[in-house]
Amino acid sequence: MLTFALRRLLLAIPTLLFISLVIFLLLEASPGDPLGDVPLTVPPEVKARMREALGLGQAWYIRYVLWLKQFFWVEPLYWFDQAFGTDFSQGMQRVISFQSRQPVFDIIAERLPQTLTVVGMSYLAGILIAIPIGILSAYRQYSWFDQLGTFVSMVGFSLPTFFTGVVFIIVFGIRLQWFPSIYDTTHRVTDWDSFVFQVRQMAMPVAVLALYNAAQISRFMRASMLDNLRQDYVRTARAKGLSERVVVLKHVLRNSLIPVVTVIALGLPVVFGGALITEQVFKVNGIGQLLILAIHANDIPMVLTLTFIFAILIVGFTLIADLAYGILDPRIRYD
Amino acid sequence: MKLKTLMMGAVATAAMAPAAFAERGSDGQVNIIMWQAPSTMNMYLSGGTKDVIAASMVLEPLARFTPEGEVVAWLAAEVPSVENGGISEDLRSVTWKLKPGVKWSDGTALTSADVVFTADYCMSPEGGCAQLAKFEGVESVEAVDDLTVRVTFTTPRPDPFSAFVSGQAPIIQKAQFENCIGEAAPTCTEENFNPIGTGPFRVTEFRTNDVITFEANPEYRDPDKPAFATLVMKGGGDPASAARSVLETGEFDYAWNTQLAPDVLQGMEAKGMGKVSAAFGSLIERLEVNMTDPSSSLPEGERSTLKHPHPILSDANVRKALSMAIDRQLLTEIGYGSAGKPTCNLIPAPEAWASDNTECLTQDIEGAKALLDQAGWVPGADGIREKDGKRLSLLYQTSVNAVRQDFQALIKQWWQEIGVETELKVIDASVYFGGDPGSPDTFQRFYADIEMLANFFEGGNPEPYLAQRTCNKAPGPDSQWQGENINRFCDEGYDKMIAELSGIVDPAERGEMGQRLNDMLTKDSHSIIPLVYRGTASAHSNTLGGVQLNAWDTELWNVADWYRVKE
Repeated sequence: MLTFALRRLLLAIPTLLFISLVIFLLLEASPGDPLGDVPLTVPPEVKARMREALGLGQAWYIRYVLWLKQFFWVEPLYWFDQAFGTDFSQGMQRVISFQSRQPVFDIIAERLPQTLTVVGMSYLAGILIAIPIGILSAYRQYSWFDQLGTFVSMVGFSLPTFFTGVVFIIVFGIRLQWFPSIYDTTHRVTDWDSFVFQVRQMAMPVAVLALYNAAQISRFMRASMLDNLRQDYVRTARAKGLSERVVVLKHVLRNSLIPVVTVIALGLPVVFGGALITEQVFKVNGIGQLLILAIHANDIPMVLTLTFIFAILIVGFTLIADLAYGILDPRIRYD
Repeated sequence: MKLKTLMMGAVATAAMAPAAFAERGSDGQVNIIMWQAPSTMNMYLSGGTKDVIAASMVLEPLARFTPEGEVVAWLAAEVPSVENGGISEDLRSVTWKLKPGVKWSDGTALTSADVVFTADYCMSPEGGCAQLAKFEGVESVEAVDDLTVRVTFTTPRPDPFSAFVSGQAPIIQKAQFENCIGEAAPTCTEENFNPIGTGPFRVTEFRTNDVITFEANPEYRDPDKPAFATLVMKGGGDPASAARSVLETGEFDYAWNTQLAPDVLQGMEAKGMGKVSAAFGSLIERLEVNMTDPSSSLPEGERSTLKHPHPILSDANVRKALSMAIDRQLLTEIGYGSAGKPTCNLIPAPEAWASDNTECLTQDIEGAKALLDQAGWVPGADGIREKDGKRLSLLYQTSVNAVRQDFQALIKQWWQEIGVETELKVIDASVYFGGDPGSPDTFQRFYADIEMLANFFEGGNPEPYLAQRTCNKAPGPDSQWQGENINRFCDEGYDKMIAELSGIVDPAERGEMGQRLNDMLTKDSHSIIPLVYRGTASAHSNTLGGVQLNAWDTELWNVADWYRVKE
């Protein structure tokens, strides 16, 4: 298991480097310009000067190597300095956003908490809803509950969040005025009332995303349960005279959870990556919204850094999912 | 404010003399939503309208433009003129006198050194200053004494109000930005996000592309203003949800640039919580007619250059017919409602410069047909006109935008009626306006026959705007496709008149000359086909008082005068 993990980690390094190069080249080749937002009243000569001040005058390979240096050398040094009060990174240029001229990692740090609370909460809610639904639908296959569950998950699957989000805003935000339609990112939870407000403003984005997540996971759960319910060991367990409760929740559920855990682990990078569209709809200042804004503004360092972090997360969680599979399922051995 | 004053007065009489005005900070908080989130408070580094608007509450210029487009003194004691000796007789220098007693929000005094520093900051060659054009032609900026600054120009300037005038070119504090000049400019994150200013508000927290919180500046020169203690500016979303949050849910007091379909806005306004108002500057939505040949059969580097005149559109009659076939009234109603007016002019204001050109306002399909018949363009078998084997078929491009796509569809329909075939093309705005020299789809590259866009000029002087249309400013491969003469209009007579214009001082005479130039581009040559005079529209709540939109300066120019309307 350890050698397997090590081998996979070593293999991840060239993979990630290749990914970063591909992302960089894609951004380089894509049309658009970081100065696209500058009004037409700014004359071309001034724009050319601004372009140079952003470092766009150099060849692409120099800029790529410079970014690699900033990402893998300057940033870790800077964090080390922050942690231990040293000054190794003094005078070195960190990865800087084109839009705000602020270090990219500072912006990410500012926005990560919102994404983690909103998207993380919706993922958790999604799992908590999905698993019981999955179990019950499989156990009572083709019952009215199963039909209803299938219907709801089909709705969750097929309605995009940019649609459900806006519908929620119009119904609950504008007509009924139950929840605020715009997320107040400066809100701080200090007492009971402010906590209630936080819950109210999180309700709609979390509900929209939870519906989507639950739809996916409950389908997996149901399918996996159905597979196991037909197995011989289930009949044996029943023949032994075990109660239905023990048979389903102990024997079947445990075995059925194995593939579901993998699916959940593979979906975890999304929690960090944020929900691009939902965050934009509810104006949650998370990572997803940050990426959309950066893409619109052709903020190359920001897009590159964010997508690269997503790549690291995806590679990392794939590895974790594989390892978890090995631990949970004794039939699978990697050595 | 009156009701507020009465109520305050009633309370105050018991204790002391009635207050004449609301006190500073007595009206609580005001919330502004910007669907494009500001990303910096230093407009010298960004130039984006959203950033200029956010910064204008903190940083102030020496003078700015009123909603009518007139110059009014702001940090300066008075507007310099030849009469008061502020502008020298030879028009080569301007002397600004600062208002005495103005303080920065950190309590130090504003002096001429700050003004001189601002010029140095922006004119530093490595800094990449976005407002450099405002300082063009400035030879030197020197401090005469603590409160007097002299700006000297390399050539006489009939209109010197660019440097230090309007929200785009305000004064920054020397003490704060001293170490941020030149190459160091982008690294000064703290300074760029929290500039010390003289304006009614100061930044308490800046979150990039999200929320900026402001509080009333305790050192602001008017002790009773601003009426609001705090101001929150939230960014993100889209125009529709921004308008909704003001007009339907009332979560926000003011929404910037709510450019939506008129019927959508009317539906929202029907709730009675707020309204949308518009201000008119110089923004004109227009068609640019390519005077050069964009044909893909030409070798790369020669397409859309002055080397090859356009095979169809070089015919002035065709251009005129295209303009005649358009119903500008209908376009305005559909696309902009009260935030637009049909127009035939490129320069709609100031008054002295606006030509009385209204001929194009009535659609004339029959006239257009007759004109094309006369010019020898006869309908072929499929109804599309032809002449000498050339089909009257055009490629018409613009950016992705709901209103622009409506316009494209309507105009295509009208042109179809007069026997012109139109192929439509839409390009993402960030590519179209991006100016990437490598992209074939930028508006400067103009690989199409007709394109639609909107543009404007700043301040009360349209001269530089008209000067964009001289032959040497046509984009081409030699200039990396940068250049402002988008349609490659080239007329020696025009170039000569532009050269003459810079020598004219008398405002009336300048305006008259400007009108002639405007007519040459529009009704004489139809190389530019103006469609709609667009205003900037913003929504504000009925409980917010004192809002006065301004299209010549930043929208929040008078934020110090805003107050809460009490029922």
